Amino acid sequence: MHISEGILSLPILAAGGTLAIIGTAIGLKHIDTDHIIETSLLSSAFFVASLAHIPVGPGSVHLVLNGLVGIILGWASVPAIAIALFLQALLFGFGGLTVLGVNTVIMAGPAVAVYYLFGPMIRKGGRSRALGAFCAGMVAILLSTCLLALVLVGTDRSFLATARLLLAAQVPLMLLEGVITMFVVSFLARVQPELLNFADRVHP
Amino acid sequence: MISEPFAVGDSLLHRTDPAAKIISAMALALSIATTSSFQVAGAGLLVAACCCLMAGLPVRPLARRLAAVNIFTLLLWVTLPLTGGGEQVVRLGSLQLSGKGIVLAGLITLKANAVYLLLTGLLATSSIAAIGHALKRLRLPDKLTILLLTTYRYLGRIELEYKRLRRAAVLRCFHGTTNLHSYRTYGYLIGMTLIRSYERSRRIHQAMIMRGFKGTFPLLIRQRTGPGDIFFLALCVCISLLFSFLTIR
Repeated sequence: MHISEGILSLPILAAGGTLAIIGTAIGLKHIDTDHIIETSLLSSAFFVASLAHIPVGPGSVHLVLNGLVGIILGWASVPAIAIALFLQALLFGFGGLTVLGVNTVIMAGPAVAVYYLFGPMIRKGGRSRALGAFCAGMVAILLSTCLLALVLVGTDRSFLATARLLLAAQVPLMLLEGVITMFVVSFLARVQPELLNFADRVHP
Repeated sequence: MISEPFAVGDSLLHRTDPAAKIISAMALALSIATTSSFQVAGAGLLVAACCCLMAGLPVRPLARRLAAVNIFTLLLWVTLPLTGGGEQVVRLGSLQLSGKGIVLAGLITLKANAVYLLLTGLLATSSIAAIGHALKRLRLPDKLTILLLTTYRYLGRIELEYKRLRRAAVLRCFHGTTNLHSYRTYGYLIGMTLIRSYERSRRIHQAMIMRGFKGTFPLLIRQRTGPGDIFFLALCVCISLLFSFLTIR
């Protein structure tokens, strides 16, 4: 879910850049020296996982996983996602440099939101954990798509149809992300539950 | 899967100081991406293509990435002419195409390709490690550059880890389809990759503490800004200012 270069207007690029810088600063404050290597390797794991193709019907999609990133990393997901997007722009040509701020806000904003919305549910355990994880995965994509649609329409009204098409196209991905996030969280809860409390341990 | 095919070479652009290239790329990309004039976007594409020619980039990978960039612009070509509004100018049988939509889609295609070629010519000609070093010299926070360099350093490792887990699943006759069992398996694969990378990070951290890590990386790659780099930077900033001036006028 990236916006390419050359689409958005200057005010939106500037607003996205400013918000992303503030978010990254807050995120960096939440990472101390003792946890910076752990955070880095977790973000490379998310980067790798998001490249995997998951079959859906006749085709396949690749995951975004920003809900999962948010649950595990909390505020640290903002710098982690910003770096992942920077690397993707350089390595694959997805997204770009001037839209880095806007793309960071689109992906990391929902990650932080689901951390606060569903984090407590997930840590409570039992049935609410599965439900919370499913909602976190789904809502993160839903919010990201809404933000994406918003910046497109905010730049030019003629993008209204494109934005609607994007929203409709993302519905299967929302469900898929919800299901996968639920399974990942239930696996982590059984095998290494401390990872689910990673963000709280790093910044209590 | 994760490689840097453009970073090796000995052209002028490969030898220019990455810090100068980062600022130049940012200035040029901003001035091209925000323009509303076809002339400026076209001139930008020309400048960007010149950069790629100067760097002597391999054609095949470049073409493949340009194709990836244009998948998104293709989506715009499908939707914008039908819904762009404004004066209806082009008629195709019973179909009415919006002139404004076609112009917008064309402009965006030009700009997206120009900026992508520019980034490839200027930034992808340095290794990510060199760019991380340059960002640190440009006074980005230490934590951010450590995060960037370490994340990139272990991408390949963790990719191998993921592939090994996947291979183990495939050897046990796992075949991904659209059902809950497949999705559960993918979920567990991702979960296991996370756990492996977490455990690896603990070992790396301990090894780094043993060697006296205190939250900063010393710069190992010597980078220096010479008069040639300053000239290059000045040239790029002048071009981007000219583009911005033409756009406003």
